[in-house]
Amino acid sequence: MPLEVESSLSIEKTTDYIWQIPRTGDMRVCCRIYADSHTIEELLKDYEEKVRTGGFTPALRQLINVATLPGIVKASFGMADIHPGYGFPIGGVGAFNMDEGVISVAGVGFDINCGVRVLKTPLYRKDVEPLKEQLANKLFRNIPCGIGSTGEISLKEREIDELLVEGASYVVKKGYGLEEDILYTEEGGCIKDADPTNVSHRAKERQFRQVGTLGSGNHYLEVQWVEEIYDQEAAGAFGIEKEQVLIAIHCGSRALGHQIGIDYLSTLEAASKKYSIPIRDRELVCAPINSKEGWQYFTAVNCGINCAFANRQAIAHLARLAFAGVTQTRPEQISQLYDVGHNTCKIETHNVDGSVKRLLVHRKGATRAFGPDREEVSQRYRAVGQPLLVGGSMGTASYILRGTQKGMEECFGSAVHGAGRSLSRMQAKKQWRGSEIIKELKEKGIVIRAKSKSGVAEEAPGAYKDVDMVVEIMHRAGVNHKVARLRPLVCIKG
Amino acid sequence: MEHTADMGIHVEADSLPHTFEESAEAMLNLMFELESIKETGSVTFGIHAKDIPMLLVEVLNEILSIQDRHGLAVKRLLTCEIKPRNKGYLFIGTLRGEPFDDSCHPVKTEVKAATLSGLKYEEKEGKHIFECVFDL
Repeated sequence: MPLEVESSLSIEKTTDYIWQIPRTGDMRVCCRIYADSHTIEELLKDYEEKVRTGGFTPALRQLINVATLPGIVKASFGMADIHPGYGFPIGGVGAFNMDEGVISVAGVGFDINCGVRVLKTPLYRKDVEPLKEQLANKLFRNIPCGIGSTGEISLKEREIDELLVEGASYVVKKGYGLEEDILYTEEGGCIKDADPTNVSHRAKERQFRQVGTLGSGNHYLEVQWVEEIYDQEAAGAFGIEKEQVLIAIHCGSRALGHQIGIDYLSTLEAASKKYSIPIRDRELVCAPINSKEGWQYFTAVNCGINCAFANRQAIAHLARLAFAGVTQTRPEQISQLYDVGHNTCKIETHNVDGSVKRLLVHRKGATRAFGPDREEVSQRYRAVGQPLLVGGSMGTASYILRGTQKGMEECFGSAVHGAGRSLSRMQAKKQWRGSEIIKELKEKGIVIRAKSKSGVAEEAPGAYKDVDMVVEIMHRAGVNHKVARLRPLVCIKG
Repeated sequence: MEHTADMGIHVEADSLPHTFEESAEAMLNLMFELESIKETGSVTFGIHAKDIPMLLVEVLNEILSIQDRHGLAVKRLLTCEIKPRNKGYLFIGTLRGEPFDDSCHPVKTEVKAATLSGLKYEEKEGKHIFECVFDL
């Protein structure tokens, strides 16, 4: 039975973990959401409340708005961590055909290629437990974080241009990291069609001193240990085992990415009018992919993607040095598992209704999750599928998953990106104090270092959905597959 | 204003210049303990946009940009002039603050951008009302 909320919205249960909003009115496709009954109830509650009281657009309405954009293919998808964003929902995936389709700032986000990198250390939990305080101090000192922080790599505009084209390789050439890191970075750490001439001077100027900085908000660096292995074959391919200590880095393209988004808001707003593109939310401003404006934005986004790869590469290098220094290991003993973004749009080939098509896939707060045998996946992982790195929230678990063939067939090989917020930052700050959170987590054996106590309150574990549930939904739906569950030992926040 | 992932502001002001100034203060207050910032320096800038709500968003985003590029902790925005220009509006304003120093400027949350989502601007019963969502 469909759940009726108002005449314009009904949700039908397709399977235990897939729900569908049928195509109606000006929707060009249906919406499909990976969720259990509880998640759907929460989404509907938020929707009803906004219908009744006003306020910002709820996630289901945002998903429907995306379904009205020209050229969208198959469905407007919501991953299990879906929650309201701006324009697109966070956890939203929209794929567009290359003839009539559009590219939108809201489908990428301002933090272009925000993502997660995970490093594998040669140590186990028992080795690191006694060193947690020292490690936290050293990492907090060595990794620039918080508002206004500057990195140790200082670049001029010509050098920034090289970085925007070469991505992580540029930073490795400067001595930050290992050549083999590139092999285990999505797109080899360098996406093509990046054109720095389509990135403004002020975007580049904002990045002169920000390469290798973590930022703030939900960005973090965590030292974690492998609590559980679910898939031995994939864990073997990924080179991880139970109790092993890993380092996870969550951040993006910093101010350069933010400025690219800002700069193109007005460009794409003008393009929306010029090409008479009907949009339901002003943030959904967009341009045809094959227009001059659309291509300019796409090539600027690719610069932002490369900038984020370079940023995480520089931070990984600093983390290696800090970790090795405290634990008496060598930096080269710390290898890279993978690096993958979750705020992107990429041209990909997918099978749609029996034919192979080139599509522009927007993933806003959603991770690419390619299954086995895709050439885009590192050779070492190709037999089992691409690793997915799903972040938790300070006190909670993180996960390593892998992409599946079913995910390729159903949702363009996409995945969740984290737990997803359930409470606003204001609600979180009303409910918790940063110092209390730090104390509580210390009692659980997790050491926190943060620039901002109010930031810690905003990011309280209770402000997020249950990451175990979010991951379980995707696993049971068969579109992502659980490989390992991780627990934090040390958390560095901006 | 409550927003699950990010943060929204609702500003009511008695004039258009004050709408810009109070919106800027609301944004800056998300980022810094404003009382810790002295007004020892200033940067004057101009922004053009097609309509007032877009102008408000563009000005807020320019403040974020100037903070990074000049290494500033901004305490407040002063509106110098808002006038029609080239089928749109021109805003000229001055930012007051001092060089950012994390040892004396406690930080809160980084604002990545002012977005167009939920954007609202209206004049109602002598009040200027502005709503906007920030990407945090």
